[in-house]
Amino acid sequence: MLRIQKRTNMPVGKRILVWAAAILAALLLDGLIIFFLTKMNPLAVYSTMFTGVFGMSGRIWNAVREIMMLLCIGVGLAPAFKMKFWNIGAEGQVLVGGLAAALLMKYEAGLPNVLLLILMFLASIAAGGLWGFIPAISKAKLNTNETLFTLMMNYIAIQLVSFFVTFMEKSYGSGTVGILNGATQKGWFPPIAGEKYVLNVIIVMAVTVLMFCYLRYTKHGYEIAVVGESHNTAKYAGINVGFVTIRTVTLSGAVCGLAGFIAVAGAGHTISTSTAGGRGFLAIIVAWLAKFNTFVMILISFLLVFLEMGANEIVSKFPAINEFLSKIIIGVILFFILGSEFFINYKLRFSNAEKEAPAEPVPAAEEKEEAKPAEERN
Amino acid sequence: MDGIITLIRNAVLFGTVIMFGSVGEILTEKSGNLNLGVPGTMFLGGIASLASSFLYEQACEKAGTAPSPVLLILIPFVCAFAAGAFGGLIYSFLTTTLRANQNVTGLALTIFGAGVANFFGGSLNRLAGGVGQISVAKTSALFRTKIFDFLPLPDVVKQMFFSYGFLVYFAILVAVAVWFFLTKTSAGLNLRAVGENPATADAAGINVTRNKYLATCIGTGITGFGGLYFVMDYISGTWANDNTIENLGWLAVALVIFATWKPLRSIWGSYLFGIFFWAYLLFAENLTRRSQELIRMLPYLVTIVVLIVVSLRKKKEDQPPEALGLSYFREDR
Repeated sequence: MLRIQKRTNMPVGKRILVWAAAILAALLLDGLIIFFLTKMNPLAVYSTMFTGVFGMSGRIWNAVREIMMLLCIGVGLAPAFKMKFWNIGAEGQVLVGGLAAALLMKYEAGLPNVLLLILMFLASIAAGGLWGFIPAISKAKLNTNETLFTLMMNYIAIQLVSFFVTFMEKSYGSGTVGILNGATQKGWFPPIAGEKYVLNVIIVMAVTVLMFCYLRYTKHGYEIAVVGESHNTAKYAGINVGFVTIRTVTLSGAVCGLAGFIAVAGAGHTISTSTAGGRGFLAIIVAWLAKFNTFVMILISFLLVFLEMGANEIVSKFPAINEFLSKIIIGVILFFILGSEFFINYKLRFSNAEKEAPAEPVPAAEEKEEAKPAEERN
Repeated sequence: MDGIITLIRNAVLFGTVIMFGSVGEILTEKSGNLNLGVPGTMFLGGIASLASSFLYEQACEKAGTAPSPVLLILIPFVCAFAAGAFGGLIYSFLTTTLRANQNVTGLALTIFGAGVANFFGGSLNRLAGGVGQISVAKTSALFRTKIFDFLPLPDVVKQMFFSYGFLVYFAILVAVAVWFFLTKTSAGLNLRAVGENPATADAAGINVTRNKYLATCIGTGITGFGGLYFVMDYISGTWANDNTIENLGWLAVALVIFATWKPLRSIWGSYLFGIFFWAYLLFAENLTRRSQELIRMLPYLVTIVVLIVVSLRKKKEDQPPEALGLSYFREDR
């Protein structure tokens, strides 16, 4: 009889091994899919992906830009998700943040560049924070379902962007804003050492480190962890759950708003309903898989962006297939990683009780106690 | 008057897609599985129906035979359900058997479904050696046949209520069937028990795993019909690589809340969403594009208001299933 046991003590090395195995298995399955769809050698396809991303320095910088965007949103989501507040509204929080930045770029272009950038920074954070604050206060006061509330806030943000685009559009009726301040470069991130995206990296890495410390070493971080584990425990410990919820989700929205600022000022220099481009959803997976460790998020963002850009490279080489191949590949890899977590969290044992020696000597006593009721049921 | 007829027709077409989605999701959520993969399963259902009927029409053309109307309907119909259920199977295996997080698994399913659908939708025709956009005109014409056209009714009534393909009425039937199953049968009672409190249901001898698997796979199969209807009727048997299905899928998730997990309420709820969505058409001449964009916020604002009202009233029968979103592990205490 197969028995499943919880475990909490898998060493990091083994964990990485499980993950590597999952990714490898997923790549094998993806290889099969690619082969049957296109009759191409999957190894050739994968190597095309690799050279496509790392082949030219321009591409590397594009990859860096994408990684930083995804990472910034993932880092923003981390505190909310650690608190088990299912904020799937990052898409909207990024959009309103970007919208605030774009509006300032368009209408306050007369200001000195540094002042303008600082204003955009503050406005984006405020807008994103507001987009987190609204569902959070509703959750804290009325216990509404945050998953749906934040989802709806995405669409309101999208409509809001469409609304403002009609004011800012390039030519009447075009529905697109175009590159803002293309000639003056007002409100653009200044290049550092000749590279456009260095400031993106600096800001996002700073946020990543700060968030890591915030979650791990501060009282706030501790409160978030307790509220995430159990509302009752938190109440018993004298934590004001509602207040912590509002504070944390507002912070989460603010960081996502910051990502919108970076998307507008540091990357696209424009605003449209696809400025967030589904990253708000992808970042949830980044945050979850990293178990809210912001440094692990760097790796996962890297993996996802690599797959996405690599797949685009394949598309340009093999015209019979289109860019959505990357989504299939990412989907399969996510399924495998999600499934592999089972082997990290649980232990499979073939309960042949007499022969079996306890695997780890220390928790043996506990295990025996755990095992008893299970055996009775069997 | 013409404006109102157009509005109602648009609302019904729009509502049918999200009705399939929401009724399927209600069945799934009643088992305690919060599946955020609704857009993904809609994508899967849509592309499976399109691809299968495309292949069938092509095969008939090559053989030089006229395609059989029964098969033209049956093949995409079955394939849409099967593809949706396949998505549900992946989801169930990951969340029920392997106990992965439901929200994240659902989002991954949405990414996967969107990828598969847009990949094949964009390149199926080219992979098969054709040129241009994929199209299944014959199948789509059958799906759009007005089955109640013979009724001797005034033209206005007919236009508003009886000028649709059979899937519009099938959607209502499915909603009623799911309502009947959930509230009037003992199997439905068992399923609801699993969604409310799996440990209690387990103790009462109900097979939690089987209930979750079945409800999720059948529910996502129904959601797959939403994709079928979208492809065959809403966009007339072709494919567009845009995000319409994804947005409709999320609206279906919202509609589940709006309907407070009641299949019958999702019937009129879905049409109401359709009216909200197309309301700007009524006064399109008098509106600038700006105010149109604002009016399009309506369905989302209304859903938020409903969310707040439902949590304010705290009525027992309006609450989500107690164990919604949680994995069940028998040995947890």
